[in-house]
Amino acid sequence: MSYLEFLGNYSDRLIDGSLITLLQFVLAALVAVAAAIISGLIKLAQLKPLQAVATVYIEIFRGTSLLVQLYWFFFVLPLLGVSLEKFVAGFLAVGLCYGAYGAELVRGAIQSVPRGQWEAALALNMSPAQRMWRIILPQALVIMLPPWGNLMVEILKGTALVALISVPDLMFEARQINNNTYLSAQAFGTALVIYYIFARFVVTPLMRWLERVMARRIGRA
Amino acid sequence: MNDDTGRYPLKLEGDNIPMVSFRNVTKKYGDLTVLDRLDLDVAPGEMVTIIGPSGSGKTTVLRSLMTLETIDGGVIYVDGEPLTHMEKGGKLVRANQRHLRRMRAKIGMCFQHFNLFPHMTALENCMEGPVQVLGLPKDEARERALELLGMVGMSEKSDQHPSRLSGGQQQRVAIARALAMRPSVMLFDEVTSALDPEMIGEVTNVIRSLVDQHSLTMLMVTHQMGFAREISDRVCFFYGGSIEEQGAPATIFETPEKERTQQFLSAVLQAN
Amino acid sequence: MFEWRWEFTFEILPRLIGATGKTLLAAGGGYAVALVLGLIFALAQRTPWRVLTVATREVVEFVRSTPLLLQVFFVYYVGPQFGLNLSPWTAGLAAIGLHYAAYLSEVYRGGIESVPKGQWEAAKALNMSTLKTYRRIVIPQALPTAWAGLGNYLVGIFKDTPMLSVIGVGELMHTANAVGAEHYRYLEPYTIVGLIFLAISLPTAWLVRQMEISLRRRLGLTK
Repeated sequence: MSYLEFLGNYSDRLIDGSLITLLQFVLAALVAVAAAIISGLIKLAQLKPLQAVATVYIEIFRGTSLLVQLYWFFFVLPLLGVSLEKFVAGFLAVGLCYGAYGAELVRGAIQSVPRGQWEAALALNMSPAQRMWRIILPQALVIMLPPWGNLMVEILKGTALVALISVPDLMFEARQINNNTYLSAQAFGTALVIYYIFARFVVTPLMRWLERVMARRIGRA
Repeated sequence: MNDDTGRYPLKLEGDNIPMVSFRNVTKKYGDLTVLDRLDLDVAPGEMVTIIGPSGSGKTTVLRSLMTLETIDGGVIYVDGEPLTHMEKGGKLVRANQRHLRRMRAKIGMCFQHFNLFPHMTALENCMEGPVQVLGLPKDEARERALELLGMVGMSEKSDQHPSRLSGGQQQRVAIARALAMRPSVMLFDEVTSALDPEMIGEVTNVIRSLVDQHSLTMLMVTHQMGFAREISDRVCFFYGGSIEEQGAPATIFETPEKERTQQFLSAVLQAN
Repeated sequence: MFEWRWEFTFEILPRLIGATGKTLLAAGGGYAVALVLGLIFALAQRTPWRVLTVATREVVEFVRSTPLLLQVFFVYYVGPQFGLNLSPWTAGLAAIGLHYAAYLSEVYRGGIESVPKGQWEAAKALNMSTLKTYRRIVIPQALPTAWAGLGNYLVGIFKDTPMLSVIGVGELMHTANAVGAEHYRYLEPYTIVGLIFLAISLPTAWLVRQMEISLRRRLGLTK
C-alpha cells in the first residue's frame, strides 16, 4: 500500500482523532489556566489554611506522573464514589497536572512585578483587590505569557495520554490503525507530523500573537 | 509595637494643629534603627525639605507617612487624627485597614522611580485613582486629569504609555496622578534622583509652581541643595534616624550650628 | 465506598518496591542517553556548518513538539517493519533518551549562552585554545545555570518512565497494572505508585535546589 493509499483509507479516522485531540487540548488548557491562577493567587495570599491546600495540590501534581494521575482519576476515583466519563477524566487530569506547573508561573510573574507598582497603587489608596486586579495582574500576564507558550505545547503533548484510557484521540486512532494494519511507520509517523503541525504552526503562533497583543495593550510594543 | 500608646493623645486639639506630626516615632529593621524617637511637626501649607546622608532615615519618614512601612514605636498624626493608630475604647490601638484607607486619602506621594502604571496611558494613570478609589464619574475624572496634565505641561502626551515618555515626563505625570486624588499632604521622595541632569529642571519647575499656587503641605527628600534652599520654608538635616538640626534654609545652609551639618554640607557642595 | 485494605497493601508492596528499582534503572539509563545525545545536539548547533545547525535545530524542535508516548510507540513498532527488532527496554530507553536529549540540548545551550561574550574574548586575549576555553572558562560558569535545568529534567524523566509500560517495560506502572488486573483492585496499587513517585521526586527536587545553591557558592558566583 502506498502512502497515498494509506492516507486515503485512514484519513477519516486520523481527522476524527485530531478533532478529539484538539478538543481535549482546549478543555485541558482551560482547566490548567483556571487551576494555575486560583492556586497561584492562593499561594501568595496570607491565608494559611488555603495556602496549605494549594501547596499540597501543586506538590502532588508536580511530584507524580501524569499517567499515574490519569489512571488514578479514571480507575480509582469511581471506587471512591466519583465516576468520571473517560473524556472528562482525560482533560481534567491533564489540565490539573499542568495547572500545578502553571501555578508556579503565575506566582513567579506576580512576584516579579516591581515593588514600586504595589507601592504606587497603595499611595493612590487602592484596595488590595484593586491593586491585584487592576495594577499587578495585567503586568504579570505579560511577564508569564512566554513560559505559558511552552506549557501549552506540553499540555497538547500531555493529551496523548488520554488514549490510554480509551479516549479516541489522535494517539488512540494511530494505535488502532497500527494494530489493524501493522503499518507502524505510516500510522505513528503521520500522527507525529500532525502533532508537530499543531504545536509548531497552531499553538505556538497563537501564543506569540497573544504575547504581541498583550504587549501592545500594555504599551511596550 | 510598644504598648505605651497611653501617653499619646487620641486627637490633637487646640490652635495651630500641625498637618503632620511625628511623635516619638521609632522604626527598626532588625537591629538597625532607622528612625530613632523622631519628633517632627509640619504646619498646614508648609514646605519642609529633608536632607542628610544616606541611611539617615530620610526616605523612611515619607514611607512611614504613606503607610508603606509600619512603625515600631510612637504615633504619627495627620490633620490632628492619628494615622498609624486609631481610637478604640478610649485607647489608641494599631490602625486597621479601614482606618488606614480613610486616612491615606489625605496623603499623596511621588517616587524616585515614578512607578507609573506601564499598562495605562498618562491620562489613564491620572484617572485610575479618582475613578476606582474616589468613585468619580469618568467624564469628571478625565476633566480633572486633563487639567492637571496641562498644569504639568503634559497635555500633548496624555495618550502615551509611560514607556514612550522620558524620565522627566514620567515624573511630571506621576505628580499629576498624585494631585488628582486631591491630597492635603504631598510627599516627594527623591523625585529628581533618577533623572538625567537636563530633565531635573522640568520637574523642579512643576514643584515650584505647586508651592506658589497651592496651600498643599509638602514634605520633600532631595539631594538638590540649591532647590531645597530656594523652595523650602524649613530644612531638616537628618542624622542617625532623627533631626540633628533644622531651621530656615538660609540658616541651615549659611550658618549651620552642628558640626555634622557642616561636614555634610561641605562634602555635598564640594562634590558639586 | 471502597475501603483501603492494609493486608493487600503489604502483600503487593514488595513487588512494587522491586519494580521501583526498574523504574530508577529506566530513568537513569534514559538520562544517560539524554546527557550524551543532548550534548551532541547542543554542540552541533554551535558549529559553523549551517546545514548541520539548521537540521539539528529542526530535529530538536520536532522531538520537543511531539508526545513522548507516540515516540515510544514509533521507536518500538517501526523497527520490526524494517527488520530491526528492539527489545522493550532498548526501544524505551532510546525513545525517552532521545526525547529528553532535545530538552537537555536547550539546557546546555542556555548555560553556554549565559556566559558573557567578554569571557570568550578574555580567553582569546590569553591565547587559550577553544577546548581549553570551554573547559577552564565557559563550562564552570555555565554549570550553575544549567544545573537547575539538568536536575529538573532528571526528575522529569523519572516521572515519564510510566509511559514505557505501554510497550511492556516492567517498571512501576506496568507492575501496578499487572497487580491490579490480578486482584481486580486498583485503589491500592495506583495510590502506592503515586506515593512512591512523590517520595522520590520531592526529595530529589529539593536536593537539586540545594546543590545548585552550593555550586554557586563554591564557584564564588554569589555573595
